[in-house]
Amino acid sequence: MSAYLIRRLLYALPILVGVNVITFLLFFVVNTPDDMARMQLGERHVTQEAIDKWKAERGYDRPLFWNGAASGFEQATDTLFIRSTVRLFTFDFGRSDGGRDIGGDLRQRMGPSLAIAVPVLLLQLVAALGWALVIAWLRGSRLDVASALVCVAMMSVSGLFYIIGGQYLVAKLWRLVPISGYDYGLASIKFLVLPVVIGMLIALGPNVRWYRTIFLEEMGREYVRMARAKGLSDARVLFVHVLRNALIPILTGVVVLLPSLFLGALITEAFFAIPGLGSYTIDALQAQDFAIVRTMVFLGSLLYIVGLLLTDLSYVVADPRVRLQ
Amino acid sequence: MIQGGLVVLASDACLFVLVASALAYWTIARRHEHLRAPWREVWARPAAAGAAVVLGFFIAIALVDSIHFSTRDEAQDDVVSLLDLALESLRTHPETSYSAPFATHAYSRETVRLPDGRVHREYPRLVSGGAHLVAPTERPADIARRAVLGLALGLASGALALLGAACVERRRHGGLAAACRAIVGGRTRRPWRSLLAVGCAIALLLGLGIALAPWYHVLGTDKVGTDVLYQALKSVRTGILIGSLTTFISLPFALALGVAAGYFRGPVDDAVQYLYTTLSSIPGVLLIAAAALLLDVHMSRHADTFDSLAARADLRLLALCGILGITSWTSLCRLLRAETLKLREVEYVAAAQALGVRSPAIIRRHLLPNVMHIVMITTVLDFSGLVLAEAALTYIDIGVDPSMESWGNMINAARLELAREPAVWWSLVAALVFMFVLVLAANVFADAVRDAFDPRLRRVGAESIATLAQETSHR
Repeated sequence: MSAYLIRRLLYALPILVGVNVITFLLFFVVNTPDDMARMQLGERHVTQEAIDKWKAERGYDRPLFWNGAASGFEQATDTLFIRSTVRLFTFDFGRSDGGRDIGGDLRQRMGPSLAIAVPVLLLQLVAALGWALVIAWLRGSRLDVASALVCVAMMSVSGLFYIIGGQYLVAKLWRLVPISGYDYGLASIKFLVLPVVIGMLIALGPNVRWYRTIFLEEMGREYVRMARAKGLSDARVLFVHVLRNALIPILTGVVVLLPSLFLGALITEAFFAIPGLGSYTIDALQAQDFAIVRTMVFLGSLLYIVGLLLTDLSYVVADPRVRLQ
Repeated sequence: MIQGGLVVLASDACLFVLVASALAYWTIARRHEHLRAPWREVWARPAAAGAAVVLGFFIAIALVDSIHFSTRDEAQDDVVSLLDLALESLRTHPETSYSAPFATHAYSRETVRLPDGRVHREYPRLVSGGAHLVAPTERPADIARRAVLGLALGLASGALALLGAACVERRRHGGLAAACRAIVGGRTRRPWRSLLAVGCAIALLLGLGIALAPWYHVLGTDKVGTDVLYQALKSVRTGILIGSLTTFISLPFALALGVAAGYFRGPVDDAVQYLYTTLSSIPGVLLIAAAALLLDVHMSRHADTFDSLAARADLRLLALCGILGITSWTSLCRLLRAETLKLREVEYVAAAQALGVRSPAIIRRHLLPNVMHIVMITTVLDFSGLVLAEAALTYIDIGVDPSMESWGNMINAARLELAREPAVWWSLVAALVFMFVLVLAANVFADAVRDAFDPRLRRVGAESIATLAQETSHR
């Protein structure tokens, strides 16, 4: 088990390096630091000195891959690529192009993001599993057909519709909750209810359909026939045997969502003015702040890799047949 | 007003290449029974046939909108499409600002100086909406009269279509009347009833549009006074392009790498696996965001290389398709690799290898045709997710160019106006309804295609694009 873990972690390393190379190429080679400086300082009336100063402040004045000016070993290490890579890998995110401390911002904004994402994930999972179980139980009935129609319709509606419609109806017309905003502590609940419900609704349609397929597939297995033959009731087979076995593919889908837990829901956060990581990323995009976007890309892929690892581990918990070697 | 000749934008060319390859596929599929059989199964589903009519209608709009001409009308667009010319009355009669659907007066008051010098605030008459009415009180009667005319037109064409279908089916059912009854009763071999029902609904809406749109702003006008119906129709092309081109662009890479990894295994497989794991571990939205940001910088640095606004917006659209393609490429590649791994162990491949057939020939003759169903399914399944993703991405400013008509841009521009009193809802509702209809049709059609081509293919690949759309909005 621990040998497996170590091997997987070692396997993750080249992928992280690969991600870093891609982001580096995107952010420093396709667009040079000069371009970034011009973008930040204003496109036109900008002097070369101002650009140089901007670059020096951020350490962007080093050569990209090979420092001819340095001596010995430093020729390879005192470069923009190595420097920025080492800093990212040690979680030293430095300052944003706008001058803010990225690490501090991240810590501060993680809370609101999680306050939305975790309830959404759990509620959505419970709702979708429950719904899918019921229609898998009543498969072929009118309810099944009707719910298939509802699911396709729900999938076809843009997520923006749920958000805008929900805000308009619940917050503006009925005045049940504030339209947008955020508060810390218990006071945050009234701000969170609507985004959480909407977030759940958006993911419901496709997930119910997907879970239903998994359940039906599982119900065609031998052990189900065996359990029936033993005289177990339909409900018991479904809710105990099938559910447990179907959890394996479902877990894969859930754990892969971990990065989005952390990154938050970009659009929902922006619409509801919640100071989380999603709106942080959007603000950075609109301000064209490369340092923040690069950090978020790195963190996102890191979490994805961790998510994959957790998926494998969760198999062991859910399925005793799986042995990791 | 048309000065120059045809202008072929890059995305036009892509769309026409796409249509040409679809036609080529169709002619090939017609001649091969194993390709025809699944399509027959798709057509046999009434819902899928109806969805296909809707999709066909949208694609027709997109194609008409993809034939561009240059104009000398430098005040406005420098390039107009055939659709613009057809909708001339909608395009060239803008108001000054918001107006509600079918309104004769503007949405907000303006200060007017009366002849006697006093200043008065009133709702001004619209320039073109209901301008033919002498008194606004005639409006309900006028609308009703025109609507009835339009509906009659739609019904007449629907009846004509029924007659045409009955003529086709006459032989099999013995006589026109019997054929008509069979069609209405849904007893024909071809799904005429659903085809005609959906076709009739479209004809009725078209009839209403033809009768009313030149005289009123049927769906109101937006902030700068552009007709919302016109905007929504123009957005069809953007949606269709993003939904189809994205997969099309990434297809060659996914096919080549996926099949090569599965067939050659060993180091090739390792390299391809490494590549797609790395790419897919970057969150899709962020990769798109990063690429869009870089494109912005690039465009502002090289602003002089674009000869027109349309060309610039067009390039941005293509770039968006490319970036979306990179993020959706990995899942298709993974599916193709797995399928090829299975296929290469099949006897006929082993026989071909034993007979000394070279690898390229084996891949072309034995492997490619047998993975094409996966490509087909993925293309169709991804379509709707991509159309939805466009709106979400445009909202966070990493989608299509703001100057390009798209449903995302319409929603983006209109969402703050709901807070007004009374609410300005029409732009938003129009964009959402158009998007809903297209995506619903695509989803229904995709379901049928998936079931027909491979009932057992697990929807692992399809999840990725759905995830992208959700990741942007919410999970």
